[in-house]
Amino acid sequence: MQKSYKLENLCCAHCAANMEHAIKKISGVNSATIAFMTQKLILEAEEENFPAILEEVKKAIRKVEPDCKLIEP
Amino acid sequence: MKISFTRSQKKTIARIIASALLFAFVSLLPLDGALRLLAFLIPYFIIGWDVLYHAGRNIIRGRVFDENFLMGLATIGALAIGQYPEAVFVMLFYKTGELFEDVAVARSRQSIADLMSIAPDTANLLRGDEFVTVSPEEVPVGSTILIRAGERIPLDGEVIEGTSELDTAALTGESLPRAVSVGDAVISGCINLSGVLTVKTVKTFGDSAVSRILELVENAAAKKAKAENFISVFARYYTPAVVAAALAAAFIPPLFFNGVWEEWIFRALIFLVVSCPCALVISIPLGFFGGIGAASRHGILIKGGNYLEALAKADTFVFDKTGTITSGTFSVVSADADALYYAAYAGAESTHPLSVSIREAFGTVDRSCVKNITELSGRGISADVAGHQVLSGNAKLLQENGVLFEPDGAEGTAVYVAVDGVYVGCVLLEDTIKPEAQKAFADLRSLGIRKTVMLTGDRAEAAKRVADSVGAAEFRANLLPQDKVAAVEELLAEKNGSLVFVGDGINDAPVLARADIGVAMGALGSDAAIEAADVVLMDDSLTRLPEAIRIAKKTRRIVIQNIVFALGIKFGVIILALFGVATMWEAIFADVGVAVIAILNSMRMLKV
Repeated sequence: MQKSYKLENLCCAHCAANMEHAIKKISGVNSATIAFMTQKLILEAEEENFPAILEEVKKAIRKVEPDCKLIEP
Repeated sequence: MKISFTRSQKKTIARIIASALLFAFVSLLPLDGALRLLAFLIPYFIIGWDVLYHAGRNIIRGRVFDENFLMGLATIGALAIGQYPEAVFVMLFYKTGELFEDVAVARSRQSIADLMSIAPDTANLLRGDEFVTVSPEEVPVGSTILIRAGERIPLDGEVIEGTSELDTAALTGESLPRAVSVGDAVISGCINLSGVLTVKTVKTFGDSAVSRILELVENAAAKKAKAENFISVFARYYTPAVVAAALAAAFIPPLFFNGVWEEWIFRALIFLVVSCPCALVISIPLGFFGGIGAASRHGILIKGGNYLEALAKADTFVFDKTGTITSGTFSVVSADADALYYAAYAGAESTHPLSVSIREAFGTVDRSCVKNITELSGRGISADVAGHQVLSGNAKLLQENGVLFEPDGAEGTAVYVAVDGVYVGCVLLEDTIKPEAQKAFADLRSLGIRKTVMLTGDRAEAAKRVADSVGAAEFRANLLPQDKVAAVEELLAEKNGSLVFVGDGINDAPVLARADIGVAMGALGSDAAIEAADVVLMDDSLTRLPEAIRIAKKTRRIVIQNIVFALGIKFGVIILALFGVATMWEAIFADVGVAVIAILNSMRMLKV
């Protein structure tokens, strides 16, 4: 399942790259791309565990940039 | 150029000014020892307290190599070895650079957003017998809407009343207005310039051109170019490596080689200042984003940075003939009188471009005396005309039906006609070549395109005329759709750079997908084409192709400049520091100065 989210307060391109790297390592995530310029995360992950995976993703984002928030559509 | 700042940016500016003034004042005071340190700490904390706060917070969370930490450590180190002015200065410049980065990114986001502000806010929907203003999302397919002069067309549709001129510049980059009248299709996002139009909608807002374009450009930033991925990976190793080098420089020479502690710690601090990779990391996506934005302003939609990168390396261009190099209409060059008569009658009901052109050349056709029409795909038409059995089509059609005839060798497309099994003559037609085709081909060649190839299902005589007159180096004729894929695969094996296929996007989805870069022309109306192509040209002018190549090459140049420049300066300063000739000021330039210059360089793309 692929979903796209807006990221708020994503203010450093290097952090975005680190975040992307961290999210890709979460088990169940098939692919993740963060576009710094449009402040978007495109996440593709296993359907059945999606909510749990999303929580992990949020944790990873907080760890890299504490002020950055994932906005659920 | 108007720059507006957000509240937090204004606060930062105030802090920079306050700190800079205090810093200048403190530098002039004749102070010594602890008092001097205390005095410099005031401007230091004014400008740097948040950096230290974030650094502390991140260390607690287990993140060491973040830029706040590096800057905090570098400045605290400078304070510890008595380099007070340097410590304040590093902080001041770091914050200034960060502010600049922030403004630049916001500005380029804004300029893309402006560019894309083609989405209409309202639609005038006919409800009962009056028009009411609603949001475009609420308008169902098949509704009647009214567009007054000056308004933006909210949904794709067909004109049912009125004539006007449309400004399509926001979508196609074409500045000449386009005339529309009853029966014409109109596309959302265009501006109605003069008359009042009544339009029947054919798509919902979500499927309309404007929504699709916005979605496409929004998502383009997610398809990253190789250069961008390379820099992200590079940055992941660069920072820890430089920090490790700093540690080594601080401790190894003093401990093992009788180095002076203060001197080597100072050199290590310079390492820390240049270890921040942000300038590099930010300037690459900024450059590609600007390139994609510049292209869309010219009516060229590029679906990702990777395609922009591939376009810059294009060396083979493959074109479909009909609808791409030619406009898809034909003119009759010569015809036997009987042949023209029977061909026009047999094609009375056909919408094939050849039939349409033949009917136009012949005049009025009495449709009542045509019966049993069968269109034979890739061959022609068979029909009963006034009691006679007529075959009208290509050589294959007549051969398969056992008609004896001499094929015509003249250039152009030939339609052969047989009546009751006897050959009566042929109609010779020519493609109308797009007026800009020759110039576009010449421009492509001068931009370093090594090979141009034209593919067509048409016969060789027709293909040769078109290929020769536009200057295509090669052509392949008599191809069936599956042959085109095979031809592209053959060319893919020969190329050095990347292969671009240009088609009208209607029948060539497999070829578009097979090429390195599939370009669909004039594809605003066709969903399938927008889906299958990597680059979508909003209008069908061939001059967009050299423009796209130019933009791609400029983007690549800027990105390479930034990588070479930023890395060159950083490594240069690291080496100078190692030999003890670099100052803290040079280190700060290598970090913040380079960031600012790289960002300014990338922003040049926004002005194309």
